[in-house]
Amino acid sequence: MSLVVRRSRRTREALPAYAMLAPLLVVFAIFAYYPFYRIIHFALYQKFGNSDAESFVGTAGILDVLKSDDFLSGLWITVKFMLYTVPAGLVLGVLMAVAAHRRLKGIKIFQTIFSSTIASSVAVSSVVFLTLVNKQAGYFQNVGWLNIETPGGAMRGVALSSVWQNIGLTFIIVLAGLQAVPEEINEAATLDGYGPIRRFFRVTVPMISPTLLFLAVVLVVQALQAYAQIEILTRGGPQKSTETLLYKITQLQGRTDLQTGASMAIGLFILTLVVSVGQFLMLNRRVHYDN
Amino acid sequence: MTTDHAAAGPAGGSRLAKAGWYLLLTALALVVLFPVYMTFIRAISGGAASLFQKKPSLTPVATDWGSFWDAFREGDLGVPILQSLLVTAVIVVAQTFTSTIAAYAFAFLEFPFKKTLFALVMGTLLLPIEVTLIANVQTMFDLDLISVSNGTYAKTLAALTVPFLASALGVFLIRQGFLGIPGDLLDAARLDGYSDFKFLWRIAVPVTRPIVGSFIVISFLGAYNQYVWPRFAVKNQGYQTIQIALRGFLSENPNQLNWGFAAALIAAIPVLLLLLIFQRQLVRGLTAGAVK
Repeated sequence: MSLVVRRSRRTREALPAYAMLAPLLVVFAIFAYYPFYRIIHFALYQKFGNSDAESFVGTAGILDVLKSDDFLSGLWITVKFMLYTVPAGLVLGVLMAVAAHRRLKGIKIFQTIFSSTIASSVAVSSVVFLTLVNKQAGYFQNVGWLNIETPGGAMRGVALSSVWQNIGLTFIIVLAGLQAVPEEINEAATLDGYGPIRRFFRVTVPMISPTLLFLAVVLVVQALQAYAQIEILTRGGPQKSTETLLYKITQLQGRTDLQTGASMAIGLFILTLVVSVGQFLMLNRRVHYDN
Repeated sequence: MTTDHAAAGPAGGSRLAKAGWYLLLTALALVVLFPVYMTFIRAISGGAASLFQKKPSLTPVATDWGSFWDAFREGDLGVPILQSLLVTAVIVVAQTFTSTIAAYAFAFLEFPFKKTLFALVMGTLLLPIEVTLIANVQTMFDLDLISVSNGTYAKTLAALTVPFLASALGVFLIRQGFLGIPGDLLDAARLDGYSDFKFLWRIAVPVTRPIVGSFIVISFLGAYNQYVWPRFAVKNQGYQTIQIALRGFLSENPNQLNWGFAAALIAAIPVLLLLLIFQRQLVRGLTAGAVK
């Protein structure tokens, strides 16, 4: 297309294009970008009580929060929650998908069962797990390492319920990844004398690694955003042992201490950003290798 | 939930290998089903005494099938379920509409700042409601959509839906679908006198129906199951969605936990029905971004 035609097209189509984008852009402006600006503003200024007076605390004020014990403990608990949920979820999902990716009679029934937890919301999953870990009525109430009235047990209980809730999603995505691997590649590896285990680690895992990376990011982001399971199962306790960053932010959410809450929200944003940029770079690298 | 070619995959192998696979599959199925089984058993175990025994039982104690109806009636669960369905319907319809027309502009039209605007739309994926929660709640106060004591129903409905009337994921998925339509088709349609809107509704949307359908299912799941925003954007508990009402009902009846467990199963019914009908769309939508 010549430059002149292109330019006239750009002017002719600009108006309908902007009209079609307008509803979306208005929503995003008000509920994504304006709040982003507001959070930075809240974090830079300390308010006093309910009055409108505020004083500038600047980036030093934000850094004070990001260096505080409260934030660091929330950060550590968030990271710990990620470490408890993401690898376990991935391994379980891969195990289920590998087992269910097979020509066996009745395999559809197993596939349906493995996918089924996707029907359960975080709130429903958390109530479901109360029947296992609740200290009065739970089936595992006498199992020491799952005692949610101890800090360690509380973290394990919340993590377990999250892993279970995500099994359906993980399974569906890994299974689709396995189905996209051409059968011939596995056959060729078998002819080359690869045993099933070596074939899995040397052929299957590399082939589905983009899928696994995508899933890892999804699971990490979900871990950063975990809330309902903590509120329903442990309320952040005992002794704040399950107070993740998001949980702390929600506790600071009245008009009382917006500066602290907003600074912590900036910390949460940076975490989300790092994870997403990391994913982008890794996917990009992979594309270059392909070329 | 099954995928389009569920029967694919390596063969089971020898008889012994097959038995091994079935054993593993059964064990995994038990792990997945056990929590649901226990919830069901606890839901139909009648009364406090049977729930708080020191040695928990694997089978129902003092079986009482009435707890489902009791939970539904005592918790008045019909109201929050309808509220959730209404909120979900508004969000799904709005997201599908705003995403489709925006995807059309990004896929077929040329205009200044196209790349910048697309980056801005995708950038919202870095600003989920969890990150912007504090500020959005303040905005809701400023717009008078949250009132601490007794907000009206219309305001509550607005508070629950307006932040979710647009979706970057929707734009991304539907745009991907539109990009698969040859540009010549648009040119030909224009020669035939098709306007942009006519081309969109008569050709682009019908051709990409599977993708739009997948997005609708994902959008429904997200909207019906969301927790954080309704938890903090609604002060009038009478207008809450089912996810939040479930938690409230549970903590208000500590001695009738069987009701709470029954309520959790009831709360999942609408999604279960949806997934039974639209499992194919869901699988396609979930795997669209994951598998190339």
